[in-house]
Amino acid sequence: MKNYVQVENVQMSFGTRKGVFVALKDINLNIARGEFITLIGHSGCGKSTLLNLVAGLLMPSDGILLCADREIGGPGPDRGVVFQNHSLLPWLTCFENVHLAVERVFSATEDKAQLNQRTHEALALVHLTHAEQKLPNEISGGMKQRVGIARALAMQPRVLLMDEPFGALDALTRAQLQDELLKIVAQTNSTVIMVTHDVDEAVLLSDRIVMMTNGPAATIGEILGVGLPRPRNRLELAGDPEYMRLRSEVLRFLYERHAHPEAA
Amino acid sequence: MKYRCFFGEHLFPPLIGAVLFLVVWMILAQSSEALPGPLKTWDSAVALFSDPFYNHGPNDQGIGWNILNSLGRVGVGFGLAALIGIPLGFIVGRVEFIDKMTSPIISMLRPVSPLAWLPIGLLVFKAANPAAIWVIFISSIWPMIINTAMGVRQLPQDYLNVARVLNLSEWKIFTKILFPATLPYMLTGIRLAIGTAWLVIVAAEMLTGGVGIGFWVWDEWNNLNVEHIIIAIFVVGIVGLLLEMLLVKLAKRFSY
Repeated sequence: MKNYVQVENVQMSFGTRKGVFVALKDINLNIARGEFITLIGHSGCGKSTLLNLVAGLLMPSDGILLCADREIGGPGPDRGVVFQNHSLLPWLTCFENVHLAVERVFSATEDKAQLNQRTHEALALVHLTHAEQKLPNEISGGMKQRVGIARALAMQPRVLLMDEPFGALDALTRAQLQDELLKIVAQTNSTVIMVTHDVDEAVLLSDRIVMMTNGPAATIGEILGVGLPRPRNRLELAGDPEYMRLRSEVLRFLYERHAHPEAA
Repeated sequence: MKYRCFFGEHLFPPLIGAVLFLVVWMILAQSSEALPGPLKTWDSAVALFSDPFYNHGPNDQGIGWNILNSLGRVGVGFGLAALIGIPLGFIVGRVEFIDKMTSPIISMLRPVSPLAWLPIGLLVFKAANPAAIWVIFISSIWPMIINTAMGVRQLPQDYLNVARVLNLSEWKIFTKILFPATLPYMLTGIRLAIGTAWLVIVAAEMLTGGVGIGFWVWDEWNNLNVEHIIIAIFVVGIVGLLLEMLLVKLAKRFSY
């Protein structure tokens, strides 16, 4: 499917005390099934806002968003969200956190054993079978984020939406989770939209990098196709000339043409 | 060494405090004719607690019965307040319109001394016991409404976003998110409420009479049995402390 997620002429404005603030303007984006898209830009450019629009947590002021040819009218289990701060419920075990999502989507058609099976599988996918009965406070930040990913994937969403999922993690854990995510995405053939401000992360993971201009009234500045073959290996890519070219391409966009207003 | 540290840090200071307290009490008792000293009070307490559950008719019952009767009144008044106050707190916290509707009334009534409600209770129930329970009810309902509502209001947006993204039903939102997230606040409300309730019961019983620690104090004042009054003060203090400790322990179990 060519146009799995469609964003057409979307504008987003917020009413503030000083009047109307236009966050996003003239956003047009088509995403194919199985594509991995990253949204990159300086903080405040509205990339999270765009993600929340696709998630249905926000409604656009103007324009329309479609997922599998259906208008996005609110949040739904067809779009799994991984939040930046994991947002696990601290009083539920990892298993229960994931089960909550599974139950909502599949309880109408499947029995208890199948629901439990799905939950086990989702946690196995992120290598957390050993931590199923632990509470979120008893595991590390990286593990929490993996539970968050398991929760989103367990719903078998059409699209996986990730809002700076690894932003709060240390560099080593981040790299490890990126590698795991690459494997999971290859395995499940998921369509992913990820917000990031990490250039290496964007080049390593994406099929296309959507680079956004600075707000207010931010829009898509440029879309960069990443043709690097998969599976990708971060060590091999580190010296790859094409990787270097793409990387400097993104850097040039962010720091030359659209340097942050405060930094300039 | 370790034992000494534990003793030095945790047992020694309170012990010194207790000894100083007794010394000051003794000096005060010596310089006053009416005030009995610690030893006299202790003897009297031993006699009193050797038979805590005698029953010589409605006006002369053991200290145990008096305490249990007071706790019973607090329990009923407090339980009714929880039954009404906690759901009300959820509604006030969740629905902004109702919050704005009720908040001036709550703000106005909350600082009123609970005893001011006693005549209303006597008037409506035409009996002393329900009136005392009514006073406990009124004094404990405010912290429960206010703290529960505060907990609901402070529910992190993240959790609500999770609920929206997972498309949870209202019932699931309540049982899996709203209730557990609010529980610590609710328990704070309950703790404040039981503290006030236990504070108020003594005064309420002094006014209403019957079997109870408050009336017992008043009765012993009429008998000019000052030792018993002092014992009652300690008993009220210790029971209050135990209630508080019980709830703190409960609250610890539910903090995440």
